[in-house]
Amino acid sequence: MWQAIQEELRGFGFTVVTVALDRSPEDARPWIEAAKPTHPSLIDTRHLVADLYNVVNVPTIVWIDARGRIVRPNDVAFGTDTFKHITGLEAAKHLGALRAWVRGEAQPLAEARTRALQSLPTETDQRARAEFGLGQWLVERGRAEAAARHFERAGELAPHDFTIRRGTMPMRGIDPMGPTFREMLGAWTKAGNPYYRPLPE
Amino acid sequence: MAEPGFTLIDDGQAVEVAYGDGVERAGHAQRAGRPVALDLDERAAYLGVPASARAAALASLEAPDFTLPGLDGRPHTLSAHRGTKVLLVAYASW
Repeated sequence: MWQAIQEELRGFGFTVVTVALDRSPEDARPWIEAAKPTHPSLIDTRHLVADLYNVVNVPTIVWIDARGRIVRPNDVAFGTDTFKHITGLEAAKHLGALRAWVRGEAQPLAEARTRALQSLPTETDQRARAEFGLGQWLVERGRAEAAARHFERAGELAPHDFTIRRGTMPMRGIDPMGPTFREMLGAWTKAGNPYYRPLPE
Repeated sequence: MAEPGFTLIDDGQAVEVAYGDGVERAGHAQRAGRPVALDLDERAAYLGVPASARAAALASLEAPDFTLPGLDGRPHTLSAHRGTKVLLVAYASW
């Protein structure tokens, strides 16, 4: 999904780094092999990046400047319009802003604005991540039933965190595109909660 | 019968300790403000990172560094890209 922009902007001191929050490299493999990325395409079975960056759904993007500083915090963006009919989100707006920043034609957000737009984890969010971490370790040890209890607890603690509620479905033998997910999504949105939370600017 | 062991998963590293030690250290971590997930039946605990530490790191705007493998298993570190702009994308097959 991101290889086109990688190719377009690679001459400007820029790279894409993708991180798959997947159960196993094998789950991510078809996507990576189809994309044929020339950029780093990493696998994060333990959701380390979700913990470090407070990622609660996918896709989540972050802009990092050449000094290693966050200049655009977690936002929702797609590399193509493949899922536009489902998500209602167009790739072009973010890609246009990204191009302008990478080419040096536009300044990114000011630091104060970047901080204001960040969403920071709560203690409860981190308890949910600890429950996820224990569940994921149990899955690796073949303790699926015990793991499921911790994934459920994690989802109760952080109902907005779909890297937990949906991301653990493959580990629990549940189809993450199937009726269980659609029911979860329906209940969530019916209660007035958005599934995607793009930044306001 | 040998005393049952206990696994502490701390900072992503699993270490084997004696059962009593493990339970005690999990309790200590919790009292020290760390998020802890405990499973006595499975004899394991996961010691997480407090929200205050994660939030302070993010608010500093220094991009948290990490090392993860690609499909070929070779580790790759984010900060190796210092000097170039990076679009970090978290995605998933689900």
